[in-house]
Amino acid sequence: MTTATLSRNKETSKADKLGSKSFNRLAATCLTLWALIWLVPFAWAVITSFRPGDEITADPMSIWSDHWTLDAYTNAFKLNSIGWWYLNSFLISTLSVIFTVVICSLIAFGLAHLRFQGKGALMILILAGLMVPMEALVLPQFMEFRLLGLLGTYWALILPATASPVAVFVFRSFLKGIPDALIEAARIDGASWWRIYREICMPLCRPAISAVGIFTFITTWNAFLWPLLVLTQTKSQTIPVGLSGLLGATGVNQAEVLASAVLGLLPLLAVFLVAQRQIVQGVASTGIK
Amino acid sequence: MTTTTTAPGPGIAKVDTTPIDNSGRDTKAGWLFSAPFLVLYTLFLIGPVIVGLVISFFNTATVKNDLGEFVALENYTDVLGNLDFWKSMWHSTLFTILTVPFLVVLPLLAAIFASRISRHQWFYRIAFFAPYVVPSASVCLIFGFIYAPESGLFVKALGLVGLPAPDFLGSTDGAWLSLTILTVWWTFGFNFVLYTAALQEIPEETYEAAAIDGASPWQQLRSITVPLLRPTLSLVLMLQILASLKVFDQIFILLQGGPNLSTRPVIQYIYDTGFTTYRGGYAAAATMVYFAILVIISAVWMLATRRRGADA
Repeated sequence: MTTATLSRNKETSKADKLGSKSFNRLAATCLTLWALIWLVPFAWAVITSFRPGDEITADPMSIWSDHWTLDAYTNAFKLNSIGWWYLNSFLISTLSVIFTVVICSLIAFGLAHLRFQGKGALMILILAGLMVPMEALVLPQFMEFRLLGLLGTYWALILPATASPVAVFVFRSFLKGIPDALIEAARIDGASWWRIYREICMPLCRPAISAVGIFTFITTWNAFLWPLLVLTQTKSQTIPVGLSGLLGATGVNQAEVLASAVLGLLPLLAVFLVAQRQIVQGVASTGIK
Repeated sequence: MTTTTTAPGPGIAKVDTTPIDNSGRDTKAGWLFSAPFLVLYTLFLIGPVIVGLVISFFNTATVKNDLGEFVALENYTDVLGNLDFWKSMWHSTLFTILTVPFLVVLPLLAAIFASRISRHQWFYRIAFFAPYVVPSASVCLIFGFIYAPESGLFVKALGLVGLPAPDFLGSTDGAWLSLTILTVWWTFGFNFVLYTAALQEIPEETYEAAAIDGASPWQQLRSITVPLLRPTLSLVLMLQILASLKVFDQIFILLQGGPNLSTRPVIQYIYDTGFTTYRGGYAAAATMVYFAILVIISAVWMLATRRRGADA
């Protein structure tokens, strides 16, 4: 009897494996098709941006050209201030990354490894900040920045992003993983807290630094509403704000607009391709949105 | 989340020779480490909340630095009685209703498919997640042409299969359709990644055991995957609702809230009243109402999940 059930079990499991194999194949086919559809807008934009204008008007959907050209890209640089927008976006994003990493890791170190009065209250205060939707605060923020005379400066874009509760929690949870024994040993050896932070914790914290850094870079690069309000002169705009002005602008042809769109997303795509794994892990572990 | 207690336990206090001195030094260091963050946090996060609350009681003009006349709750009664405000609230809500089901269900489906495939994961990650890291302006520029009447990719593609194309950017229904498609394409990858991570947490042995017991892929899905994924599902749903209620970029760039302000979301309403008609106090009151709604939603969700957690 036992042998009978055993063999029947084997058979069903074999059949089942077959069944799940076909299911897996179906899943692979569906998903690949799905992914290919998802890539269409990118592919179409890139292809069209390399086609000459008259061909696009003649046949906008064609994915082939007899005269591939870089004109749209050179024109995009000539017509708009894309060069300036790039410079602004790069400076703002890079400085935001540096400030965020330093400022948030400092407080996270304190919260993870120091015992101090008021820490509980501090934690609650930062936790509450997670609930505040920054998009809803642009108006009072704008008025505050005008009062401080910071409107139109890079600081107006860098400073509000740096005190990020999410970054604090990412650093804190990572720093908590560093054993207390290690830190106590350093304390006994007479190392100051500052040295422990700089020479023990930060080097061990590299994954958290890169996660926070990449996310800060992406979010500051992509920020739209706040830069739209703060930077009014064309040359001081960032890539997203500058690009948004191209939609519906007269005298710009389709290839140029698409070339500009591609230029705007290129640096991020590069960051993404280089740091794919960290980005995906970062999203998975924190749910930053 | 456990925070380490400030006071050392009675047993430790005896061993520790300098408990008070030590904790005192830590307090100073702790606040020093926190100081840069706290300054910026107070200035640019807590500050605006307070500033917003204060000016919502005044007749402040956005262009001037003074508060203007104190009007008590008048701004709030104006906001709550203003049809345009409620219309924009409804547009943000409608956007949420339109996008959330797709953005909660489709990524789950894709993630389940992806979990069945062992090779080429990087390809799906790029295809689905790359749009998410791209700036909204680039997305809108590309989709602006995809939706273009006459020459657009969508119109042509629909024409090929013999379907009439809606007026994607010129009619209200068409505008909602184009916003939904664009947003699903753009932000799909984020939830896909959250689900994929959760699926990887489920140990393979669970499935193997189920397969040996003769469970079909469909049964495995229903009795293993979905129940184990419930916490992630609820998290994704909540994050998605909050994110969708904050919509601004794509509606503003692609349609300027049009046609005829029929898609203008609440953030653009605040932007318009605060920065085009300069009614700062009024816009601040609208901000506070909207802010309160978001906080209530998150608080309800937190309480609900906590209770469920306690029940389990």
